[in-house]
Amino acid sequence: MAVVKVTRPKLAAGEKIYLGAILKGFVITMKHAFDSLRGKSRGAGDLASSGLGVTMQYPEQKWDEHLPDHYRGAPALVTDEQGRERCVSCQLCEFICPPKAIKITPSEIPSDDAWAKVEKRPLEFDIDMIRCIYCGMCEEVCPEQAIFLRKDYAITGLKRADMVHNKEKLYEIGGVREGLVNKWNELK
Amino acid sequence: MSDTAATAEAKLPKDLAAEKGLVNVQIDGVWLQVPRGMRMIEACKLAQNEVPHYCYHPKLSAPGNCRMCLVQMGMPPRPAPGQEPTYDEQGYLPIGWMPRPVIACANTVSENMGIRTTGDIVTKCREGVMEFLLINHPLDCPICDQAGECRLQEFSVEHGRGGSRFVDMKVKKPKNVDIGPRVRLDDERCIMCSRCIRFMDEVAGDPVLGFTQRGTHTTLTVHPGKKLDSNYSLNTVDICPVGALTSNDFRFQMRVWFLKETKSIDVNCGTGANITIWARGNKLHRVTPRQNDDVNSTWMPDSHRLNFHYIDSEARLTDPMIKGDGLHTPVSWKDALTAAAKDLKVFAPSEIAIIASARMTNEELFMVRELATELGTGAFTVVPRSGESDGLLISADRNPNTTGAKLVWGSQDPAAPLADIRSGVQNGSIKALLVFGEELTAEAGFSKEDLAKPAFIASIQLLAGPTADASHVLLPGAAFAEKRGSMVNVTGRLQRLNRAVEPPAEARDDWEVLRDLKAALQGAAPTAGPAMIEDLFKTVAAGVPEFSGLTLSKIGDLGLPVVETGVKIPLLENERARKAAGLING
Repeated sequence: MAVVKVTRPKLAAGEKIYLGAILKGFVITMKHAFDSLRGKSRGAGDLASSGLGVTMQYPEQKWDEHLPDHYRGAPALVTDEQGRERCVSCQLCEFICPPKAIKITPSEIPSDDAWAKVEKRPLEFDIDMIRCIYCGMCEEVCPEQAIFLRKDYAITGLKRADMVHNKEKLYEIGGVREGLVNKWNELK
Repeated sequence: MSDTAATAEAKLPKDLAAEKGLVNVQIDGVWLQVPRGMRMIEACKLAQNEVPHYCYHPKLSAPGNCRMCLVQMGMPPRPAPGQEPTYDEQGYLPIGWMPRPVIACANTVSENMGIRTTGDIVTKCREGVMEFLLINHPLDCPICDQAGECRLQEFSVEHGRGGSRFVDMKVKKPKNVDIGPRVRLDDERCIMCSRCIRFMDEVAGDPVLGFTQRGTHTTLTVHPGKKLDSNYSLNTVDICPVGALTSNDFRFQMRVWFLKETKSIDVNCGTGANITIWARGNKLHRVTPRQNDDVNSTWMPDSHRLNFHYIDSEARLTDPMIKGDGLHTPVSWKDALTAAAKDLKVFAPSEIAIIASARMTNEELFMVRELATELGTGAFTVVPRSGESDGLLISADRNPNTTGAKLVWGSQDPAAPLADIRSGVQNGSIKALLVFGEELTAEAGFSKEDLAKPAFIASIQLLAGPTADASHVLLPGAAFAEKRGSMVNVTGRLQRLNRAVEPPAEARDDWEVLRDLKAALQGAAPTAGPAMIEDLFKTVAAGVPEFSGLTLSKIGDLGLPVVETGVKIPLLENERARKAAGLING
């Protein structure tokens, strides 16, 4: 079985009295203190408004450009380069969603639609952002690469109904993604 | 000593099995006795080694065209002239394994046969067949209704490979083809198992499906100028192992993995086909047949399985109501029942009549009789509902529980008083009418003018309609999928209904309404009487000799024969004849 037994490291006498570690930490703290007083701390330029350049003044300053690539924000639906809505309402995200935040009503695409061959798309697609835990399971499970976690993190509303993202809102957040799934573009 | 030796020889396994009409088969190293003439695939199923298959269906003939059920087979080598057979210490002959596999679905077992469902040959065969089947199969799983109950998905997980080695373009075939009013065909998904073709030919007796073209271009299609419009067409959707045939009614409604299955019975005719009700939350999504070889085999008619949409329709009644000044106003259950009891007490027992329904369960019919006793009236009836039998599963008796009404009421013809009650209402001698679960303007033969005549009508109804409109006290009841109870079908089999969804809003189980109405008439507490349907069934069983010793749980999922009526179900007779002829395994 995948069980790794971890043994505690043997500590030398010097490490046991941990005075050295305290001193080391004190030196690091003081180094940052001096750096910030000299205006040379990390991100000092971006966060200049805080005076010392170490504290983000939210909401005047936003996280937006400081977020890492792997940041998981609000889930959203995307369209492909031809404007086709990628979601075919297979409901796998609804199934996998741990807090049951997603609710999908499937529907058939009418035969006169340009994408009638896809046959199925969501009539309604609601994500309850009060429930959403930003885990990214929906993105991982999606067989059509239709749902992605974007970098939107400030989801606010004045009432519970405002916190439910409907299909329109989800496509607005999601925008367009190119490539990835090409099976519907073949000569079919 | 020679005596014992002779006895030992006489008791070789092959002789012991032959006495019982069985044969010895070794399946994956274990010797087993199975009936002579059984297909190898069924023998493997008995040994709990399910062989993957697509084209084989126990109720249909076996053409052996999908090749998925390939297994390794062996027989004892034929002895040379003059050579004595050599038995091992258990009394079996050594098995000579054949180097090539055979299909398990179309070959029958024989004495001293060996079957291997595992091993190198079998594994390689399954992987190979899977790869061939998936060559042209589209990547439709996200939009395919079969996903979640698809044999191709299941066996592809077990025996398939991650990617395709096929580099050419997939063959394009017609998609989303309208082949009938209730069934949609997607030819690209079809794996040519021909189950639907055989079903329409052998069971439904309407052979409109067939293959055209050859080889990789083989296409399932409907005969030109014809449609797949048989009343049994949706069974082809059930037996389709992939998503080639899908139901128009259930199409894109809900993925099957969200649905909860409830075992129940069909209430559209006297056959009482066993069904599975599929619901998510409180929404009923589909009804499919459930195997019961004494009632409906594995099939059911389309007209019956699609007859559930009224349950959550706009016309559904959800609150008890009292009529005042021509308009119904919603009231509490207590007020409605008290009002009904108060109004009923005004009339003499001879002025009161009860029209119940043979669509009610035994328990409800029992409560109806109790209520009639309480009111002192002998005028209680059910409404007969008859049509033509279709020669397969639909019974001429369109009431699901006529036999139950006979047993519970102890009457040969529970519908006999109906004519008298109707004329009583028309000539004014019956002034108060209790209607339970029947729309009187339909089969009961009342006109709207008749309904205006009684001074008081109280009714339990599911849907709004003329009878509900004429009722002074209107009580909302529960539909077949919302209640528990028991019914007896035309052949005399006691079967069980189960609750798949809750009744909407204030609607209640009919037997509870009847119990509370009786309590209100007695002036007792509203819930006086049996607290649970189980208790009520025990009370019913105590009074009906055919049910003696039974409880709801003892009935089981497949029901129990309780009385012999002599009625036969034609489809089962056909099936038994085909089984006796060795055409199917059943």
